Amino acid sequence: MDILEKIKQQVENHSIVIYMKGTPKFPQCGYSGRAVKALQDCGVEFTAVNVLTDREVYENLPRYANWPTFPQIYVKGELIGGCDITLELHQKGELKPMLEQAVNQTKES
Amino acid sequence: MTEMKTIDLVKARLTTALNPTHLEILDQSREHAGHRAADGAAHFSITVVSLQFVGLTLVQRHRLVYNALGDLMNTAIHALSIQAQTPE
Repeated sequence: MDILEKIKQQVENHSIVIYMKGTPKFPQCGYSGRAVKALQDCGVEFTAVNVLTDREVYENLPRYANWPTFPQIYVKGELIGGCDITLELHQKGELKPMLEQAVNQTKES
Repeated sequence: MTEMKTIDLVKARLTTALNPTHLEILDQSREHAGHRAADGAAHFSITVVSLQFVGLTLVQRHRLVYNALGDLMNTAIHALSIQAQTPE
């Protein structure tokens, strides 16, 4: 399967996906660590992809998303942003309801 | 011949592309010294205020910044923190 198609399916088949350097337990970059912490704070289930162990995704996700950096956070197939935007949404109290809504919609359908 | 510093390049490109009313670039590379993935590339924290951000989502604003920086994102810049705002 084409890698861009694979990424598309990945973000569309999971309600919340974070592409990060390292794992939630052992992030390999401060930005990835802070973003994944914000997701964990919201208390919802999410999928984490370690781009350091998936070279194909690492090399192609930036062009899939027209977004050059990691982490990248997707909700219902849409890029909501990287670390800065995710933290900004979290500080404003908008992240948790957005994530909860995404998870609940997936359960209903 | 003097080589243009990365921070000056960043400033020049953002000024041309976004015509900002306010632009602040902090070089945070020192704080990340020894970061093994950095390879000597820079960490910057950018605050940019521009009329061009009006009506855009945060993702769209950040894309404008990344697009303005172009190839620098893959070469001289290792990491970037962005605050993209509209004038009050």
